[in-house]
Amino acid sequence: MTMISMKGTAGQIISSILVTVFLAGSLIAILEIEDQRELGICVAVIAVLSFIMPRLGILRSAEQAGAHHPWAVRSIILIGFFSVLLILRDNNFALLMIATILIYATVCLGITIQTGYAGLFNFAGAAFLGTGGYTAAMLGNVTWLPDAVTIILGGIIAAALGTLLILPVLRTRGHYAALTTLAFGVLFNGFLEANELLGGPQGLKVPGIQMFGWDFSNDLAIGSYTFSFYANYVLLIGAIFAVFMMFTRFVERSWIGIWLDAVRLDEIAASVFGLKVSVWKSFAFIAGNFLAGVMGAVYAKMTAFIAPANFTFGDSLLLVAIVLLGGIGNRWGVLIATMIVILLPEKLQFIQEYRLLLFSCVIIMLLMVRPAGLLARRVRVFEELR
Amino acid sequence: MSSIAQYLLNGLMQGTIYGLVAIGFTIFFGVMNVIKFSHGDVLTFGAFGGLVAAWVATALGFPIWLELVFVIVAAVMASAVIGAVIAQGLVLPLKDAPPLNMLLMTMMVGTAIRECIRLFFPNGTNPQKFPELLPSGGFDLSGIYFRYDGLILIAAGIAFIFLVQWIINRTRLGLAIRAVAEDGETARTMGINFTLTVVIAFAIGSMTAGVAGALYGLYYSEINYGMGLILAIIGFSAAIVGGLGNIWGAIIGGYLFAGLQTAVVAFLPALSDYKNVIALIVVVALIAWRPTGLLAERGSERV
Repeated sequence: MTMISMKGTAGQIISSILVTVFLAGSLIAILEIEDQRELGICVAVIAVLSFIMPRLGILRSAEQAGAHHPWAVRSIILIGFFSVLLILRDNNFALLMIATILIYATVCLGITIQTGYAGLFNFAGAAFLGTGGYTAAMLGNVTWLPDAVTIILGGIIAAALGTLLILPVLRTRGHYAALTTLAFGVLFNGFLEANELLGGPQGLKVPGIQMFGWDFSNDLAIGSYTFSFYANYVLLIGAIFAVFMMFTRFVERSWIGIWLDAVRLDEIAASVFGLKVSVWKSFAFIAGNFLAGVMGAVYAKMTAFIAPANFTFGDSLLLVAIVLLGGIGNRWGVLIATMIVILLPEKLQFIQEYRLLLFSCVIIMLLMVRPAGLLARRVRVFEELR
Repeated sequence: MSSIAQYLLNGLMQGTIYGLVAIGFTIFFGVMNVIKFSHGDVLTFGAFGGLVAAWVATALGFPIWLELVFVIVAAVMASAVIGAVIAQGLVLPLKDAPPLNMLLMTMMVGTAIRECIRLFFPNGTNPQKFPELLPSGGFDLSGIYFRYDGLILIAAGIAFIFLVQWIINRTRLGLAIRAVAEDGETARTMGINFTLTVVIAFAIGSMTAGVAGALYGLYYSEINYGMGLILAIIGFSAAIVGGLGNIWGAIIGGYLFAGLQTAVVAFLPALSDYKNVIALIVVVALIAWRPTGLLAERGSERV
């Protein structure tokens, strides 16, 4: 008996190592290969492998490892993360891409809480990201304010701005609620372009981060290794992402997640059982926008410059598309979908110009063929087999 | 005095365009309970169809009145065809999907149309000059200057609104559409061809977008690939504020929105850059106040 369970555990751990190595390897390969033909072959190989992996049961097994041995899996992911960082340490572009992926993935986690768990539409993800960014830009001149506070304020102001939308979102339903966020997402841009104080179409400069007595624009030296200064940001963003990932996991696995599911699936039934529907909808909406705002502030500080063109309605649509592609409500699916959506157009130059067209066609096809997304969220299992 | 009348005429023109767009949303929602968000980009597609027709007509040396007819017919046909194709190929297959999927799908269709125009239309990234086919000039009436083209376009738009309303309420085809809107299953058992009726309804709804696109091009003399997005949002909110599924509500919503914009420009000129923002805030507040619209569809919610 012990033998079998040991074997099960070992199998799960090995699968999670395999999945981590596969993801890290794919990431490094795509980021490092420059030649367009080699890159095409590489992407094709990764696509074939990711088609085979779930069929061998590796993915399922790794998933169970995550449920049964969370800390073991977390350490494996952490080792994988640091290995990627070490290998790509002097590649500015690659580190910037990793940071961007993590930022977008965090915003999509927020949308996952809103749309995936609570069933609220949010077509203004980029606007909330931008709110955080502009907060950081406006607070950039206030030197006495620690940057950690600025970043958290970015989240708080995004969440506060979101609360203005809560009343119409709660009063209305479905299509009507969608309009509210939609209008906000489009108008945000128009507002920024017209507003002189916020830099108009030219945008604003943002000072970099100084935290723990350390200037993030310096290269990082650990032992005999020198890391590009982007590594500072990747580490910070990675830490924030990890915290929010665990927060989302907590939300999903706690009673809150079950309440949110109830609210999403049947509002009236949920309220009959004594759930305060409006409270939990507001919670999901505020939490999701907070995540976006925090990352917006970090994003602005990392790129040192923001303009309205970074936060268009097209970007909001892209965020929703990522959530859908990853499987609505699936946290890890979001990360993988973000990698695909951000990385491929950036590296495969021939699709760069056609990016939006391509994604819109892919999403249309996906909605027709596989509406639950690439990695669909699994139905809750309350009692796992022992 | 004269400036106020000027604002009024301009507002009427915009309101007619918004009302036409909103009618489309209302028809789609009435028939299939869907929000077809690609409606604005169908409008853009129609306007570009009209532009191409104008080029062809100029190349063939048509007289100007024939060119005008040609442009409007081309715009209407282009949007009707693409609207029917979207209905047949994308909306009908997804009719049982959750509303979010449908909304997202039509948004993506709209994005695809927008991107196709931007990428594949010659010099599509830049605004395109739309030919001026209507008589320029105007007349003076007790200090108020009326532009001929504005008056003609407003009249044409209102005439088309009445035409659509007549088709829906007074013809056999309209009866079929209303039957499908009321209850698709029952309509089928009555011998109504469900798919065909839905596709025709979508074609009619899209025609309103084509007319709006042609009006927009003729009035502003300039069209661009991205103009559909904001028009879709305005048309959508106009349809909601008037009460989705109600044609008169959509028209009232359209004029209300244009009225709000015009009021901002006329009375708060300093904020005229924010006219869309302010008008939408008011509209969202109205929606929060009366979630089912000013002229609500009667009926109770099913549990």
